[in-house]
Amino acid sequence: MRFPLSWEMNMQNNNVIQVEGLTKMFGDFTAVDAITFDVKKGEIFGFLGANGAGKTTAIKMLIGISNPTSGKATVAGFDVLTNPNDIKRNIGYMSQRFALYDDLTVKENITFFGGIYGLSRKRIKEKSEALIKELGLENVASQLVGSLPLGWKQKLSFSVALIHDPKIVFLDEPTGAVDPITRRQFWEMIYKAANQDTTVFVTTHYMDEAEYCDRVSIMVDGKIEALDTPMKLKEQFQAESMNDVFLKLARG
Amino acid sequence: MLPIIFVLPLLQLVILSNAATFEVKNIKFGYIDNDHSSTSRALIEKFNASTYFDVLTDFPSEAKASSAMLNGEIDVVLEIPRHFARDLQNEKYVNLGVTINAIDGAAAGVENVYITQIIQSYNKHIRTDLVQISDAQIQPAYIDTIPLFWYNETLNYKTFMVPGILVLLVTMITLFLSGMNIVREKEIGTLEQINVTPIKKNQFIIGKLFPFWVIGMGLLTVGLLLARLIFNVPMVGSLVLMYVYTSIYILVILGIGLFISNFTDTQQQAMFIAWFFVVIFILMSGLFTPIESMPKWAQIITEFNPIKYYVEVMRMVMLKGSGFTDILPQLIKTLAYAIIMNGLAVWSYRKAN
Repeated sequence: MRFPLSWEMNMQNNNVIQVEGLTKMFGDFTAVDAITFDVKKGEIFGFLGANGAGKTTAIKMLIGISNPTSGKATVAGFDVLTNPNDIKRNIGYMSQRFALYDDLTVKENITFFGGIYGLSRKRIKEKSEALIKELGLENVASQLVGSLPLGWKQKLSFSVALIHDPKIVFLDEPTGAVDPITRRQFWEMIYKAANQDTTVFVTTHYMDEAEYCDRVSIMVDGKIEALDTPMKLKEQFQAESMNDVFLKLARG
Repeated sequence: MLPIIFVLPLLQLVILSNAATFEVKNIKFGYIDNDHSSTSRALIEKFNASTYFDVLTDFPSEAKASSAMLNGEIDVVLEIPRHFARDLQNEKYVNLGVTINAIDGAAAGVENVYITQIIQSYNKHIRTDLVQISDAQIQPAYIDTIPLFWYNETLNYKTFMVPGILVLLVTMITLFLSGMNIVREKEIGTLEQINVTPIKKNQFIIGKLFPFWVIGMGLLTVGLLLARLIFNVPMVGSLVLMYVYTSIYILVILGIGLFISNFTDTQQQAMFIAWFFVVIFILMSGLFTPIESMPKWAQIITEFNPIKYYVEVMRMVMLKGSGFTDILPQLIKTLAYAIIMNGLAVWSYRKAN
């Protein structure tokens, strides 16, 4: 039996993310419409949906950079409305858009974000050496990040998101616009993180990637229309693949 | 980027300090000599000898002179009446007609003084009969004064302008850099990555302030060196005091910049707003025009202008040698301003929306 560090809070259900009726409205437009779901510790949770379905907005509420219009959510045992900073200490986030500093080197980016998360100098040094070796970036460690190819940048982003050993890592379309080889390596990294007890919350619109997830939710027009393991979803919708499941749902 | 930040403003300092002068020189001078006597020629010769006037033309008639002024060929017309020499001897006084192009009112006033001085030094008994184009009628005052110019004895405009222009450069660079900064991070997306970290709002703002503060102090240092080496501006007061005041002043400007940056979504918007304030601050700073001559409401607005205090302090300390207690009022106001603006910058920085 594995217990999360803040196990007192999650003891009853072992859920690291609990969402209930979470809603975000922009004026009259409801971007996220009362979604409810749980994510268990150590799970790889796939958060699927077409473009504009509200995935990114939902993630932003969970990581505490967007205030929900209504509803409740706890992440890593903390409420998104009242304790966003406690959440931020316990999560990593990799955005859709590459968001490290292009005008800093690989090493400088790692040091900078390590510093913000309050890691000691010694720990930052160890971490950055380990990360650079793991990513095979030894030759470009002192190069500006802006000069690296996109796939490398994305892998670096993912590593930086994990630098403070967060309990949960949120990945917003991490494999958008990268080549198939890099995508594969990416999923190896995701599995490795999950094996080390990190919960992975990942959005994607590659349906083959959905098959790699422990559980998958599918969002359509701001609502969660389906949520289960890929296997059960295929049974439920009598589909051959996740692709068919998705098409049946998205077309209504 | 760093060379641009330093080289451009210093070039500006060198160029603007030479260009921004209130001295009126090279006045294009025309005359209508109806007398053609040795006396009238001697008067014209007086103008010719002055370094301020370029004596150009002898106009045969008033109509010709008027049309030349209309075309902008001349700035001043002196009309010497017929029988000038004879009347001067017989009646002891003569009226001269002086017409000045007063589209630039300030320049016209200065020209008027020059002309009056030259004529008076030529002969105390000639009264200028002044006609100014444009409505303003300025009657020359005949008061003998013995001027004594304190703090800038040679009336060197550069001495007066260099500290002011240095102020502008320090202000503009730090305001634009800080104003563009956070909004740029919004545009490229790095701010989002920062917002998902547990960084505190005040830590973030201090982290943003510090590099620009260093750049501002660096600019001041290089600017002061140039002022001393190129313009030979006297530095009567304490350098330490200038640095102490500047270190607080830059915080005000950076606070304003970061506040603007927090409220805008694109660098374009931020640039627009920053320019809006820079132009108002500069024109209402007392750098080019005295605040005392502004209307009352404008004077009240200048109380909120940080550049005004900085210009005052720099001129006071550099040229007059004012001490700590002399600039204390400005120092306190600036400090309060710095606390308010940076408080607003921290407050307006939202990690969530």
